[in-house]
Amino acid sequence: MKEVAFGQYYPVDSFIHRLDPRLKLVFLIAFITAIFIASNFWGLGACVLVLAAIIVFSRVPLGKVLRSVRAIAFLVLFTAVINLLFYAGETVYFQWGILVVTKEGILFSVFLVIRLLLLVICSSMLTYTTTPVALTDGIESLLTPLKWIRFPVHALALIMSIALRMIPTLMEEAERIQNAQKARGADFESGNIFRRIKAIVPILIPLLLSAFRRADELGDAMEARCYMGGKMRTKYKKLKFSWRDGLSLFVCVLLITAVVLLRIYLGDVI
Amino acid sequence: MRIVAEHLSYTYNPNTPFAAAALKDVSLCIEEGEFFGIIGHTGSGKSTFIQHLNGLIRLPSSMKKYRERKPKRGEQLLPRPTLRVGSYDLSEKTTDFRALRKSVGMVFQYPEHQLFGETVKEDVAFGLKNFAEKGKELSKEVETSAVREAIEAVGLNYGEVAEKSPFDLSGGQKRRVAIAGVIVSRPEILVLDEPAAGLDPLGKKEIMELLHRLHKTWCKTVIIVSHDMDEIAENCTMSALFAEGTVKYCLSPRELFQKAEELFALGLDIPLVAKLCRALDERGIHIDCDYTAADFVKKILALKRGEGRA
Repeated sequence: MKEVAFGQYYPVDSFIHRLDPRLKLVFLIAFITAIFIASNFWGLGACVLVLAAIIVFSRVPLGKVLRSVRAIAFLVLFTAVINLLFYAGETVYFQWGILVVTKEGILFSVFLVIRLLLLVICSSMLTYTTTPVALTDGIESLLTPLKWIRFPVHALALIMSIALRMIPTLMEEAERIQNAQKARGADFESGNIFRRIKAIVPILIPLLLSAFRRADELGDAMEARCYMGGKMRTKYKKLKFSWRDGLSLFVCVLLITAVVLLRIYLGDVI
Repeated sequence: MRIVAEHLSYTYNPNTPFAAAALKDVSLCIEEGEFFGIIGHTGSGKSTFIQHLNGLIRLPSSMKKYRERKPKRGEQLLPRPTLRVGSYDLSEKTTDFRALRKSVGMVFQYPEHQLFGETVKEDVAFGLKNFAEKGKELSKEVETSAVREAIEAVGLNYGEVAEKSPFDLSGGQKRRVAIAGVIVSRPEILVLDEPAAGLDPLGKKEIMELLHRLHKTWCKTVIIVSHDMDEIAENCTMSALFAEGTVKYCLSPRELFQKAEELFALGLDIPLVAKLCRALDERGIHIDCDYTAADFVKKILALKRGEGRA
């Protein structure tokens, strides 16, 4: 439970951790775009290279990084197998009914697997190296232009940061309630799915009640201190653009250029 | 049931950057029949300790996956942690934890936040139904009479509250209902984490009186966790002081609060009566009392009468 509760933030000090969250968000979007622009193994190779550098410089242990892949391992496998068996290629190695294994099929499934892995790992690198609070700050800052169309950016950011802030608290609360009900003989582990769902009720009701109570209290506390969102508020932590961010932006532009050029000159994967 | 813990250690989030040792080699014995007090700062390991008592936190050796580790050459293994509660050995894989939880009732902090039933009756019966032997449904009469007894034992009027929603009750009543929901399964040991937290002085007094009543009639052993030194001095027959994950002292309150300097050094306070005794001591008046208000007043009055006679 705790594992989820902390988001995934891995608390060490590194080059990547110190980057501006705005930059990291932009970088992530650019990186994902690059992954989709890449049409051959050279392009993907460039992405892999950059991601490998990010992992090394972030000082997040490799085991931890690979852990994020575990959640989608099935999806990756499924995609790979389906493409391997049904891709209509020319160089047939093996055929059985409608199932064909072709050279192109193999290449394409490897390509897809790498693409999927890159997608998952790069997004989790963002959460490994950025605290939820920094992330919301970054999102708020990036969404600022939307204020022009009267979009309540600040309120949205506030909701997000409160929600993120409350996840560990609610998790703890859930665990406490679960323990209390366990102490009264509740059994959450055995029985069929319906029994288990029913067993959750004694946790869910107190948890919802406490969430509402907390929300009420927080609202009161904020109002008591005359909280007003928007223009007049200053920030405790100002986001600053440093040489690290400049360097990263350079890498980002370089990557996109490389991938585009590789796509134009080397063509598609097959 | 006697509780004997030896070499208990526990770390939260082991092998992660968030690892925090909560218990370090704790050995403690709680005799049957005590009104036992556990004192300590937040984070001293007291809550972790009590969660071991009914198996909410399991000893590693009772886990399915546990394998005995062979010591490497020259390595000295830490002594194996053991915990016995009556006849239950909590370091064994074969222990029946459901039966254990039936005999060790646990009331958490702010237990009223764990109520969920539509009616008080239903909420109190929750534990009773859970602990009923598998396959043998409790008859309605047995259930109702057990629930009625529990609700009356905590000093509530069954006819008045039984059909109400627990959320319509007052704070003190809710807490009583929550306690009833634990004692309904007739535990031999009742553990309460800060039973009086957040109540007004009268409510605190009433809860403590309730616990003494239960101690005499329902549960052989009562264990309370508390920050309030006066509460410990007034109520407990024995007490253990936790600090930084270890048991610093296990003494009767009378002996414990004589160690005022040591307690101050740990950042803890002593009961008001103990402070008065110290102040009087400095002025050359020595009063040998057990730090309960009643005893103190008795001794002071006796002293005064003695002076009057002399």
